[in-house]
Amino acid sequence: MSILYFVVQQTMFFAIPLLIVALGGMFSERSGVVNIALEGIMVMGAFISIFFINTFQNTLSGQGLLLLAILIAGVSGGIFSLLHAFASINLKADQTISGTALNMFAPAVAIFMARMIQGVQQVQFTDTFHIVKVPVLGDIPVIGPMFFQNCYITTYLGVAIYILSNILINNTRFGLRLRACGEHPQAADSVGINVYKIRYAGVIISGVLAGIGGLIFVVPTSTNFNGSVAGYGFLALAVLIFGQWRTKGVLGAAFFFGIMKTLSSTYSGIPVLKDLPISNEVYKMIPYMATLIVLACVSKNSQAPKAEGIPYDKGSR
Amino acid sequence: MLAKKKSKGENKAILNFSASVLAIIAGLLFGLLILLFSNPSQAFPGFLMILQGSFTDGAFGIGQMFYVATPIIMTGLSVGFAFKTGLFNIGASGQFTMGAFVAVYIGVKWTWLPDQIHWVVAILGAAIAGALWGFVPGILKAIANVNEVISSIMMNYIGMYLVNILIVKHVYDQVKNQSKPVAPTANLPKAGLDQFLGPNMTIGIFIAILFVVIIYILIDKTVFGYELKACGYNPFASKYAGINSKRNIVLSMVIAGALSGIGGALLYLAGSGKYIQVLDVIAPEGFKGIFVALLGLSNPIGVLFAGLFIAHITVGGYNLQLYSFVPEVIDIIISAIVYFGAFALLFKAIIRKLMTNSKKEGEQI
Repeated sequence: MSILYFVVQQTMFFAIPLLIVALGGMFSERSGVVNIALEGIMVMGAFISIFFINTFQNTLSGQGLLLLAILIAGVSGGIFSLLHAFASINLKADQTISGTALNMFAPAVAIFMARMIQGVQQVQFTDTFHIVKVPVLGDIPVIGPMFFQNCYITTYLGVAIYILSNILINNTRFGLRLRACGEHPQAADSVGINVYKIRYAGVIISGVLAGIGGLIFVVPTSTNFNGSVAGYGFLALAVLIFGQWRTKGVLGAAFFFGIMKTLSSTYSGIPVLKDLPISNEVYKMIPYMATLIVLACVSKNSQAPKAEGIPYDKGSR
Repeated sequence: MLAKKKSKGENKAILNFSASVLAIIAGLLFGLLILLFSNPSQAFPGFLMILQGSFTDGAFGIGQMFYVATPIIMTGLSVGFAFKTGLFNIGASGQFTMGAFVAVYIGVKWTWLPDQIHWVVAILGAAIAGALWGFVPGILKAIANVNEVISSIMMNYIGMYLVNILIVKHVYDQVKNQSKPVAPTANLPKAGLDQFLGPNMTIGIFIAILFVVIIYILIDKTVFGYELKACGYNPFASKYAGINSKRNIVLSMVIAGALSGIGGALLYLAGSGKYIQVLDVIAPEGFKGIFVALLGLSNPIGVLFAGLFIAHITVGGYNLQLYSFVPEVIDIIISAIVYFGAFALLFKAIIRKLMTNSKKEGEQI
């Protein structure tokens, strides 16, 4: 039983950041802007917020500091994503190109700044955010050890973001407009929706969520930030497509990928898996192969937003 | 009429070229700003160091530039070639890694080959491995309409993890957590060039230039190249004209993959003491290739010069440490250049305005 608890707890650490970043990507793509800059935005959000923790950890600590850091990660991710929004919405540039540029830009800036300011590229932080056991809830049998012991508040934040995103995109006026801009921007424009504004909103939301995702990926899994989020932005992109751009699908995909990631890092602690002649690299490969296979099966009737990746030009029809 | 048409084409080329140059200048100025921001007193000597790049170290520096340029010219060619067919080959990294592994594997294991052809076989093996890695996104695109950007990204990760498994299984140097050194016969011939251009100089750069020429001829002078371009410009029109676009998509990705794979071979067979590390890191040469292709406007000759330019300032970046700057500033500059390259439409509008203005003035005089 304790192994099961451990696996569930670990899965949370991997799946929640994936979920948040993929939901971010969903807002951007369903407004019609392909965002492969998620990786770079994660790096930027993680770098600035962890640098903040590094600077203020002598005066602040615990959940207050983490919440402040999450706020900062979100703001910096949002601001950084403006670069992508400007290039792909106002300048009508190829969206994959500006995304690729940001992906290279962010780690270079993070390493450059860290080394110029403090000499080494790793930004250290002390983990004062770990919750051994949530009072009351942690004592519930089975559910308690699974979800309310050995955890971080980021887990609950992730769940909250999921619920909010689900409502925002499916049940609000803004969500409907956002989806319209991703499917048929000309039609949306003809009924008075400002496509540029909506797309900006989509990209900024994706930036905020990706920035937060960067921070909460690093906090539970490491004690320093080394200018990289280990390809999580690209993995989140795979989650988004695996989940077919829908909130429920993204949720399922994030947890599938999270479990695979957990197996790759903890399989040696699980007796049944330890005896199998499968190396941990294989578990790491499975999410990517699964995505390829799913893509091959569903791409003919893909649920991808129709106007995704096409700059909106008022003059064209 | 014909002359008029030609001048229009030339104008377009000049326009594209000046847009690239503007992007480079804007990127470099951005780099200067970063330097000024982080250490004002050293900024200008540091910036000069970047511009001087590989020339700082004389002939050895130029040899080093060729060494750095060789793999990224190959991946740049790969990405640029796929662009011509309207495909974005973001999977150059995976193809590069696969090629590198097969080259190293043949270099270490197949010592029974005659000495003279050992390195040639290693490069061929790398080309086949890279081609296979390009084939998968190609065939998925042709048959199942899978977006090649996403499938290529997936293939990057699959390739990286697969190569990690294979290295540990077959050619593992346990102490250093990297691939074993290849047999001396598998290293590229140096043809005496290392005497005056530094230890890392091999004939690799000439192989890369050879492929630049081959791809140039293939794209511009053959029917096949014409068909590929037609598919890129307008897939529907080319289908109507009877061009088998599916076959062309697959072939284009296969050739692009082979080019990246050869790039991997040329880097790891250079005998420079570089080995494939068993790390969970995607090969950066693939992404650099995207930048080289964008900067070179997907034109093979443009790719050659873009690769040399990026290698030039990269070598300059190593020397930047003399002024207590971090070499990552070069990556910042390169990504800024590419980002400003996204402003191409804006730049072109500005240049066109300038050109027509100067023409008008000329008419007035």
